[in-house]
Amino acid sequence: MPRPVPEINASSMADIAFLLLIFFLMTTTMNVDTGLARMLPPMPDPNVKQDDVEVKKRNIFTVLINKSDKLLVRGEPMDLSMLKDKTKEFVMNPNNDPNLADQNEKEIPMIGMYKVSEGVVSLQNDRGTSYEMYMKVQNELVAAYNELREDLSRSMFGKSYDKLSKEEQEAIGKAIPSRISEAEPKNVGGK
Amino acid sequence: MARFQRKGKGGMPAISTASLPDIVFMLLFFFMVSTTLRETSLMVKSSLPEATEVAKLEKKSLVSYIYVGPPIKSMQTLYGTEPRIQLNDSFKTLDDIRDFISSERDAMSESDRPLLTTSLKVDEETRMGIVTDIKQELRKASALKINYAARRVEKK
Repeated sequence: MPRPVPEINASSMADIAFLLLIFFLMTTTMNVDTGLARMLPPMPDPNVKQDDVEVKKRNIFTVLINKSDKLLVRGEPMDLSMLKDKTKEFVMNPNNDPNLADQNEKEIPMIGMYKVSEGVVSLQNDRGTSYEMYMKVQNELVAAYNELREDLSRSMFGKSYDKLSKEEQEAIGKAIPSRISEAEPKNVGGK
Repeated sequence: MARFQRKGKGGMPAISTASLPDIVFMLLFFFMVSTTLRETSLMVKSSLPEATEVAKLEKKSLVSYIYVGPPIKSMQTLYGTEPRIQLNDSFKTLDDIRDFISSERDAMSESDRPLLTTSLKVDEETRMGIVTDIKQELRKASALKINYAARRVEKK
């Protein structure tokens, strides 16, 4: 007859497991990285002669931020809270104002004929602008485009933009292209 | 040792704790799997700005990070308080960005290379000068997809 094996006390197993559990709880970072996605313009080739693309004055919406974080929009000082609505008005140009963005009728799949805005938002900043302000302005501009897309999506498909299929989202993206250009840096105003 | 036998009437029957380790192990495995240990230790202060229109950064393997901000307290005696650039685990200068991007590219598989995204984690108190310089360097390195890291806040 084999000798009976003494049973190992397993009650401390829970303690060990708890210890490990607490270690992983403390070291876990489950934060998802979020941010504003942007594309930089490609570096101009020095060998190729630059032919300046003429953009009509009415189609440019210049936003300047100076080193004391003040906004100058199309030559006029503006408060940050107004920027989003002004951008929307500029891009859509609901009253066909000759000073706001031109529109160009185009055939877009799933939507049909749509007046695509020619407007370009040009964002310029000083070297002394604070990053916080810069991000606030970027955020307002992205918000303006997002709201326009949301409006179009609601009137075209009766759904929120997030709930559209990929093709539908692409169609909306073509109808309201987000044109925010971060202009070539200019050194003004020193440090 | 019959001390622990039930005395008299009533009294609660002891709840079996035999399955407690199982439950704890289950939680343990969950956290082990979902944990991402921080790969780089931050040497700059970076409290990110707030934004409402943020998008999630998908696929961590395609993202490389550039941290910009004033050095943390313990580093300030050595490096001062001016905003600096941190790549991987050390302070670098603007000229190192191109090397950094190309080494990040080399580490990726051929098909993923065009998808490389650079996430700029910039402290909100930084001035734009250094950020503009970094953007120019990234354009020279033709790493055009960038992402300004920001904290999500709800719309007012």
